[in-house]
Amino acid sequence: MDSLIAIWDGLPEALQTVIVILLKIVAILLPLILAVAYTTFAERKVIGYMQVRCGPNRVGPKGWLQPIADVVKLMFKEIITPTESSKAVFFIAPILALAPALVVWSVIPFFDGGVLANVNAGLLFVLGITSLDVFGIILAGWASNSKYAILSSMRIGAQMVAYEIAMGFALVGVLMAAGSLNLSDIVNAQSGGIQHWFMWPLFGLLVVYFISGVAETNRAPFDVAEGESEIVAGFHVEYSGMAFALFFLAEYASMLLISVLTALLFLGGWLSPFENFESLLAIPVIGAFFDSGFHWLIFKSLIFLFLYLWFRATFPRYRYDQIMRLGWKILIPVTLIWIFGEGIAIGLGWEPWK
Amino acid sequence: MMSSIKHFVKTFTLFELLQGLSVTGKYFFAKKITIQYPEQKTPISPRFRGHHALRRYPNGEERCIACKLCEAVCPALAIDIELEERADGTRRTTKYNIDMFKCIYCGFCEEACPVDAIVETQIFEYHFEERGEHLMTKEKLLAFGDKHELDIAKHRAADAPYR
Amino acid sequence: MTFEQFIFYIFATVTIVSAIGVVTMRNPVYAALFLILAFFTSAATWILLEAEFLGVVLVLVYVGAVMVLFLFVIMMLDINIDPLREGFIRYLPVGILVAVIVAAEIIIVLSSDTFNMAIPDPMPLSYSNTKALGEILYTEYVYPFELAAVILVVAIIAAISLTMRKRNDKTKRQNISEQVRVKSKDRLRIINMKSEEKQ
Repeated sequence: MDSLIAIWDGLPEALQTVIVILLKIVAILLPLILAVAYTTFAERKVIGYMQVRCGPNRVGPKGWLQPIADVVKLMFKEIITPTESSKAVFFIAPILALAPALVVWSVIPFFDGGVLANVNAGLLFVLGITSLDVFGIILAGWASNSKYAILSSMRIGAQMVAYEIAMGFALVGVLMAAGSLNLSDIVNAQSGGIQHWFMWPLFGLLVVYFISGVAETNRAPFDVAEGESEIVAGFHVEYSGMAFALFFLAEYASMLLISVLTALLFLGGWLSPFENFESLLAIPVIGAFFDSGFHWLIFKSLIFLFLYLWFRATFPRYRYDQIMRLGWKILIPVTLIWIFGEGIAIGLGWEPWK
Repeated sequence: MMSSIKHFVKTFTLFELLQGLSVTGKYFFAKKITIQYPEQKTPISPRFRGHHALRRYPNGEERCIACKLCEAVCPALAIDIELEERADGTRRTTKYNIDMFKCIYCGFCEEACPVDAIVETQIFEYHFEERGEHLMTKEKLLAFGDKHELDIAKHRAADAPYR
Repeated sequence: MTFEQFIFYIFATVTIVSAIGVVTMRNPVYAALFLILAFFTSAATWILLEAEFLGVVLVLVYVGAVMVLFLFVIMMLDINIDPLREGFIRYLPVGILVAVIVAAEIIIVLSSDTFNMAIPDPMPLSYSNTKALGEILYTEYVYPFELAAVILVVAIIAAISLTMRKRNDKTKRQNISEQVRVKSKDRLRIINMKSEEKQ
């Protein structure tokens, strides 16, 4: 033990910093990837249940090892490169899709003070990095040298740009209410019980944010980029094995991200709804459960994650021009009106969330 | 005017979407109707058309008289028959092949047969491991029939009143 | 070398290499990709200089939106690369002239007194330059800022009116608002009629 400490002290400062940061990153990413794996399982189960089926239940007890079996299968699959595809871009694309989806987690606070990088402009950072997600998909479509894939990239390019704006405006409403771009500050601005959460005064923005979040992650009913009935599987038609798994991972990591962000921005993140019930908090063991903490963030995120799956089981796919109309002509005006109203409310000093 | 206000309210309260969600939400808690296949099985009708078999009379003589009606009626041209006159003067097949890849399990051969020789059994869980195994020869069909004769007879008896 | 310097040199090297890549790549898509990388690493350098708002906005606007549309157009056009390579020598003098002028301007600006100042002390961690930027933008520079906004709106309207063309009326187009509004009554007419006499 002493020798380990001696080795640690002997390392240069820069290397020490890098090692500490890397360990923190691993501590965030490992649970995240595990969560992604079990989200796929949850998706198949939930959709199965809504279709009066059982879902996967063969691998392991009650099917709980299914995601691991899926991963093993994908790892051992051959990766095929299409002829005359642009090889370098073809392999960079899945990495470009996954990297932003993982990078964003560096500014997400999981509990009070539990954040890798407490960036001042955290919200902007999230918006900026999530806007990079689209490159992986666009490049994958282009590099595949396939008609379906390129069609899919075209669709997703326009869709992402359209919904990013609605999403950005919804976030503007949040930062106006919180008076900060820092995610921890935004959550702390909602403290003081359930009536102080931003979901009440900003309910319209919550709906718009989540809808555009679903569109940003290309999930049903906005999954025209995949559109298996029209363009087979869209941008990842030509991908197999781990290259495909990376896209999969990126999609589900973004789903989790949007769920967690919605919980943080509108539902008070890790804050407990029972904050003001002193008598509840005073109960010896159960009191800790009612207190604010990481578990509340998980509960709230799970609500939105379930909504994702519920939507997928319920709604048929939008037509492409309908998606564009919804984004540009409905969601953006709705957010603008809501922000305008909020601005007037702040100007008049009437701030119900305070 | 009234209807357009109604439409507006309906759109912005996401009324129809919530309706849809409530339907799937209801089925989320409904009893699941999946049959866990290898452990649980659905009942099979005696008329079920599965793997083919050639039957024999109780005295061990094969029933088939090589009339070629099944070959003629087969819509998928899966049956191939060659025949000879045996020493005792009866018509018998020398070759009776069913290509199981061509067969569509329509059951016409069974219906066409005047002596109930070719029948389709209830067995549908079978597979081939090598190319060529799908060609059911006379020997294989007869052996299959011998093996399942009791079941075949029982199911034919059960279905007899409706034929 | 401190950790910050180490990071800075990494980002600076990547920026320069990718900037060279932008002009040397034969395939326009690769050039655009290198441009994205150059933008991204310069954003990282800005964040290193405590200009996190500008850095993130650079990523958000240029990389996230402008370059997406850029790539979009490049992919759709399916540019034939060979003609682009022709006339390299012919345009070389002009290119060199532009490069020399740009380099001279940068040298003049950098050697002027504007940049000849002491390195400012790093701000405390709680300092938000987003807030500082907003305050100065909406107080001291509010008129230029609003003017720029108006000019941009005019530019948007001009761009739309220039490219918007009337389509001929024979093309069938979808009117989504109408489609969404349609009710079963509009599509299906239920009539009540007597059954006909048996022949």
